[in-house]
Amino acid sequence: MSALIVSPVLVPFVAAILCLLTRRSRRIQRVTNLVGAVALALCGGGLVALVTTSGVQSVQIGGWDAPVGVSFVVDRLSAGMVLITGIVALAIALYSVPMIDKRRELFGYYAMVNTLLMGVCGAFLTGDIFNLYVWFEVMLMSSFVLLALGGERPQLEGSIKYVTLNLLSSAIFLSAIGILYGLVGTLNMADLAVRVVQLDDSAKGMVSTLAVMFLVAFGIKAGVFPLFFWLPASYHTPPAPISALFAALLTKVGLYVILRVFTLIFVLDVPTTHTLILAAAGSSLIVGGLGAIAQNVLRRQLSFLIISSIGFALIGPGLMIGLGDRAYVDASAEVQAVVLLGLAGSIFYLFHTVLVKASLFILAGSIERWKGTDEIGRLGGLALERPWLSVMWAIAAFSLAGVPPLSGVFPKLALIGASFRGEHYGIAIVALVCSVLVLYAIARVWLEVFWKPSPDGEGGASERSRATASPAPAIVLSILIVAMGLGAGPVFSYCREAALGLLDPSDYIERVGVLDPGLDETEAQP
Amino acid sequence: MNSPILQTTTRLMLPLLLMFSVIVLLRGHNEPGGGFIGGLIAASGLALHAMAFNPRETLALLHVNLETLLGVGLAMALLSGLIPLAMGEPFLQAMWHEFDIPLLGKLKVGTPLLFDVGVYIVVASITMIMVLTLAEE
Repeated sequence: MSALIVSPVLVPFVAAILCLLTRRSRRIQRVTNLVGAVALALCGGGLVALVTTSGVQSVQIGGWDAPVGVSFVVDRLSAGMVLITGIVALAIALYSVPMIDKRRELFGYYAMVNTLLMGVCGAFLTGDIFNLYVWFEVMLMSSFVLLALGGERPQLEGSIKYVTLNLLSSAIFLSAIGILYGLVGTLNMADLAVRVVQLDDSAKGMVSTLAVMFLVAFGIKAGVFPLFFWLPASYHTPPAPISALFAALLTKVGLYVILRVFTLIFVLDVPTTHTLILAAAGSSLIVGGLGAIAQNVLRRQLSFLIISSIGFALIGPGLMIGLGDRAYVDASAEVQAVVLLGLAGSIFYLFHTVLVKASLFILAGSIERWKGTDEIGRLGGLALERPWLSVMWAIAAFSLAGVPPLSGVFPKLALIGASFRGEHYGIAIVALVCSVLVLYAIARVWLEVFWKPSPDGEGGASERSRATASPAPAIVLSILIVAMGLGAGPVFSYCREAALGLLDPSDYIERVGVLDPGLDETEAQP
Repeated sequence: MNSPILQTTTRLMLPLLLMFSVIVLLRGHNEPGGGFIGGLIAASGLALHAMAFNPRETLALLHVNLETLLGVGLAMALLSGLIPLAMGEPFLQAMWHEFDIPLLGKLKVGTPLLFDVGVYIVVASITMIMVLTLAEE
């Protein structure tokens, strides 16, 4: 079991080392990468099975007990994220084979993809806030290389914005960790949750300031308004598999961390911090929706759709303002129901949006290869030329727009329903307006790219480029999007349990093995 | 650069620096030192060589591909975590074994040493990759 919990980090690490050692052979690297992705998905499945049968599990790295050592903790949220990461990794591994050119393959592309996955999984699993920073850096270093790999002009331009903003975010993140450690004296997240409550009032005020610093740092990584502008500037520049990987996973790690720390640690001043989250959610929804309408390049439009979906996923933690000064367990039944529904909706939305964004970016890459361009105005006629690709696009895009019975409608319903029930009419209306904007953007793409007759006749791309335009790797994702919609009941109850685990972290804290401050230390020692 | 003074000094300094880096590596577990700083010292010696002579000669001196070396270093660090995992202990748990060597006394060897040697190799090789790449420009 201890091995299973660390396996999502070890599997990509082993794959990265093997890819590095066999970097002369493209074939061995491709196979290693593929096997690694399958193994990662299996590990994710194993973790989901583990947490559903026996609850939160933790392991102390190096045998140093919490809160001294680094703990790895897996709960329903992190297990679900690891599973989805594995599935996306598999789709990207298949997609990389035709799409990544020889030069990038020989220059360590596969090793970097695997270190990126290692960083992502590490961030999902760690129970230590400084260790979280380390995993963020592992992830970012790999993403810097992947973004700049190949050194094409637009790539470098995008990379500069991406690197600058992310370094700024890391600096804020690291300073906030330093101050938090100075204030509380611990880095273990479960221990922080216990000790932050016990601080005196002036120190608690400081914690609220720190909470905002963390929110800015994670907000930059998650791409929320007004910290998002690096995202549409960089995500469309690298080759399609790399932007699909980034779009599916990187901003979602930021979101995951916001969900984690703003339910576990920073719940002292919910009216301030979570109102900020709700405001960020609302403005991201509007800016993302409007931006998506204004764009004429396919992958840039998708980048803005990422921002609007980040807004959606942030509604859940934002709705925690309903709790006011009380802890979740002390709140009234009605407030509990609203907060739980909202957070469960956010978690569902998070799972769904990873699959949808991976799928859309993969398909957009295939369209670009098929037509030789990704300007929406110059595309057309794909519904007749590539019916299967069109079907898969329709599944992903209309799921994003919230068309039943695909996966997107259920979390949206939960989030908007929770906003109305909690009498947060403002955010509910913003979310509805954004849904219409997203629907408009998607319908426009559908009409222009798929239904309109092709303006250039049979397209301008060469036969060789067309041969690599297979959308097949997105099949797994499409099937899962449909399955998540049809099987929304079980998925939603899983997300509900996950949300409950976040809102009432006593089980999480206990399973990490942090000493209960109520007990004498000698008694609590096993 | 083609300076006989620097070249002569480098011929003397390189073995000293490499030996010093190993000493720093080995004393690292309980005293200041360790794989990271040891690796940097080794790399500084090799970088000096690259500057005094030229990068191609330094590569020839090493006999191994730097990227391969990097992979080997990472694999060693990983292995030090996997050994305890295979024995049913938590990942990266330190495991020690004492050897009795006649006349010399006891030698205590453990997975942290393996980890540190791995770090040493990784740091030395990645630094050399960077230095030599920049030197080529």
